[in-house]
Amino acid sequence: MSEIGYLRRKWFNRIMSILSSGAAGLAIMVMALILGYTIAQGIAFFNLDFLTQAAKPVGAAGGGMRNEIFGSLILIVLASGLALPVGLMAGIFLSEFAGPKMAYAVRFAADILAGVPSIVVGVFAYAILVRPMHSYSALSAGVALAIIMVPVVARTAEESLRLVPNSMREAALALGITRSRAVIGVVVPGALTGIVTGIMLAVARIAGETAPLIFTALGSQFGFQGLLKPIGALPLQIFRYAMSPYTDWRQQAWAGAFLLTLLVLGISILVRRLSNRGRS
Amino acid sequence: MVHKGRFSDEIFSNLALISALLIVGILLGFIIILNIDAMPAIRKFGAAFIGNSSWDPVKESFGALPAIYGTLLSSTIGLLIAVPVSLGSAIFLTEMAPSWMRSPTSFLIEMLAAIPSVIIGLWGLFVLVPLVRVHIESWLGDKLGFLPLFQGPPFGVGFLSAGIILAIMIIPIITAMSREAIRAVPSEQREAILALGATRWETIRQAVLPYCRSGLIGAVILGLGRALGETMAVTMVIGNNYTLTASLFSPGSTIASKIADEFNEATGEVFIGSLVELALVLFAVTLFVNVVARLLVWRMTAMKADKE
Repeated sequence: MSEIGYLRRKWFNRIMSILSSGAAGLAIMVMALILGYTIAQGIAFFNLDFLTQAAKPVGAAGGGMRNEIFGSLILIVLASGLALPVGLMAGIFLSEFAGPKMAYAVRFAADILAGVPSIVVGVFAYAILVRPMHSYSALSAGVALAIIMVPVVARTAEESLRLVPNSMREAALALGITRSRAVIGVVVPGALTGIVTGIMLAVARIAGETAPLIFTALGSQFGFQGLLKPIGALPLQIFRYAMSPYTDWRQQAWAGAFLLTLLVLGISILVRRLSNRGRS
Repeated sequence: MVHKGRFSDEIFSNLALISALLIVGILLGFIIILNIDAMPAIRKFGAAFIGNSSWDPVKESFGALPAIYGTLLSSTIGLLIAVPVSLGSAIFLTEMAPSWMRSPTSFLIEMLAAIPSVIIGLWGLFVLVPLVRVHIESWLGDKLGFLPLFQGPPFGVGFLSAGIILAIMIIPIITAMSREAIRAVPSEQREAILALGATRWETIRQAVLPYCRSGLIGAVILGLGRALGETMAVTMVIGNNYTLTASLFSPGSTIASKIADEFNEATGEVFIGSLVELALVLFAVTLFVNVVARLLVWRMTAMKADKE
């Protein structure tokens, strides 16, 4: 009896092991399928015109996403300019100045804010900027992306700052410098790798965000025309072209997806390198 | 000199405080602003908005029911697929895989989370949807067509495709979070039951998983929160039809896809207000889901911290 029981347990163990590894294999396979298809399509349709030409009207051959790529860069810079000071200072507050209750509340708010669907952030930016100013604008899109960025930057900054040993802070203070100088001159440099990693992750996240741009940036066939005018963005154009019935537009959507994937995966791999080096 | 240093210290710590409060302020701002902008619809429809299933801009009659139904249905399909795959992967990555394999494998799975939603949607639209239409839906219709879930013409775009896409998008999140939860289980827990002669699976099932249950539930709920609010990929594959139907093959809408699809064309206070009210409903639901998940995950990590 115990012999049979043992065999049964052994076989059950084996079956569950196979199922678990199968699950991991399936997840990786899906990843490889999506990535492989995007890269294959991208290589087929990506060319120099895609980078250097503006969009052409329906039916005209050629054309590219130059304006949208440039627009995305502007939005990333704008959002980072708004979000980095706030996110970094909030991270510093959480790790260096906050009492336990205050820290709990702010951390909670940041985590909840990070979980707000990006489409809702878009509606919010529309309500506070587009509606009162009666115009879609690069500014409103930048603010929407900044709202998405802030909690990511704040939490990763906090976590890396807290890894800096207290002895460093004490040593700095013992030299007689003020607390703010100790933070800026000693603690932040000590956590720099982690902070930069967090910033890069946040940039990777907003580079591909589309939902909050639909009714803030709107898209524009012209290049950058000022912060208070609509602006084109790469992910938005990929979406519009993908949903269009025209073959050449869909092919351009794939070329755009290829470029965006390279950017985002490039950042991911760089981040991994950075954090591995930070650990060793 | 000392005085001057104090002063700059004050400025610096106050700036830090203001930045932190700004995060709380933005969150409160969401609640206030969304309520104000949704007011025309809230005033006109009241609580009936949730139960009404029409969406008629001409007669100005709007209801959220089909969108809420579509959101719950697609997220449920997503969870049904994603939870077993994610938990299996997490168990494999923490308890079974040889150590050289763990880090690259988890990196590959987590990289899936970094791919932008619009690209998953693009792939979904041109690869998954035809596959679902030609193979999966016709097969399900043949074998399980007696169930109302699997009746109707195979469109490809619809709830089923949206659910599969959501599963793909939340697998990396649930996997990563459950991996953390399982890792937090102290090794004494495993050693004790192994010493009693348990197999590896019995160890996992009886000693590891019960110990980190709240962390695992938190991981699944975080995945749910993500699925409920996912917009682009779903908008691209769900077909944007506004209907209440039992068929998984039917095109439909989620709250997020409805907003993405119509916000730009919306005119008039009530129409826009209804879309903002949809956003408010989505905000409230994801807020609730995320709060529950956070509390569960935090309890888990607090337990770990207590042990150390």
